[in-house]
Amino acid sequence: MNYGIVIVSHVPELAQGLPKLLQQVAKDVPITAAGGTDDDEIGTSVTKIMTAFADNPADELLTFYDLGSAKMNLELASEMSDKPIHLYDTALVESAYSAAALLEAGVKLPEIEAQLAPLKIK
Amino acid sequence: MDLALDQATKWLELFGDEIEKNKAYLSDLDTPIGDADHGFNMARGMEAVETSLAQKAPADLAGLFKQTAMALITKVGGASGPLYGTAFLEMSKQAAQTSELNSLLAAALAGIKKRGGAAAGDKTMVDVWEAVLPELAQGTLTDAKIDEAVEATKPLIAKKGRASYLGERSKGHIDPGAMSSGYLFKALLKAVA
Ligand SMILES: Nc1ncnc2c1ncn2[C@@H]1O[C@H](COP(=O)(O)OP(=O)(O)OP(=O)(O)O)[C@@H](O)[C@H]1O
Ligand SMILES: [Mg+2]
Repeated sequence: MNYGIVIVSHVPELAQGLPKLLQQVAKDVPITAAGGTDDDEIGTSVTKIMTAFADNPADELLTFYDLGSAKMNLELASEMSDKPIHLYDTALVESAYSAAALLEAGVKLPEIEAQLAPLKIK
Repeated sequence: MDLALDQATKWLELFGDEIEKNKAYLSDLDTPIGDADHGFNMARGMEAVETSLAQKAPADLAGLFKQTAMALITKVGGASGPLYGTAFLEMSKQAAQTSELNSLLAAALAGIKKRGGAAAGDKTMVDVWEAVLPELAQGTLTDAKIDEAVEATKPLIAKKGRASYLGERSKGHIDPGAMSSGYLFKALLKAVA
């Protein structure tokens, strides 16, 4: 099973910027992102999230989000997706960074989730 | 009572009109405790609903609610999109079994609560739905009671949504989603009258 990461943020620049930070320590982990509404306004878009799921070459996805509607739209999208999706209510930057670094090191999912647990903030 | 397709269509039309008329006000309510976009989000969504229904006239209640849900889910862009979208999606599923109004709305409320995780008292649209549904079921719902339910969100401290990040500071403001849900139920009363 290979794992990828999906970042969802209200702001396009935030969604595009965070993968740069992650990719620095996880160059082999597939990371895609969905930021802003369909018109690139501040908000989230189910369509963009579905695209980020489909564009990610991994079979199973770990997803991280910023606030509010990002989670609800992530859940809606994961109900429509064929890939298994894991959603974490954790501090966005720290937990995505942690997951990326651990995936790169070949750490198994339960161990990664144990590492993420104390970062739960929402 | 059973909800007929023409009543439900009327309901959505009236709701769309009310949203359009009050979009600036709804966004003003969303200013002190949110990001000032609730009215514009909802207006964009209801416009998409109108376009969708004009393009393809739904054959039945389930179809009407499904098209409404998809338009709201894909076009709103804020929390109210997946929330109202899920409400209509659940009504669409329920409409396959029954067109009884109270059971449709009960399914909708369960969907909103599942999607957003809010309970009564969290200062969200859920407060209005929780107050209104039993009154509607008993046939005692009036516009005044809807206003009361909306107004009752004012003193609450928000536990969900953007306003929750303000803590105590969220007190003293009407929740914008509660207000738009108030419009939804007033439109319903008019449509089934
Ligand atoms: N978790 C929730 N459960 C129920 N209702 C909620 C929840 N979060 C927000 N709401 C409702 O949604 C309304 C805000 O809708 P709006 O369209 O402004 O979305 P938003 O909060 O700006 O979205 P975003 O999360 O993208 O910032 C609130 O007034 C509240 O009634
Ligand atoms: Mg808002």
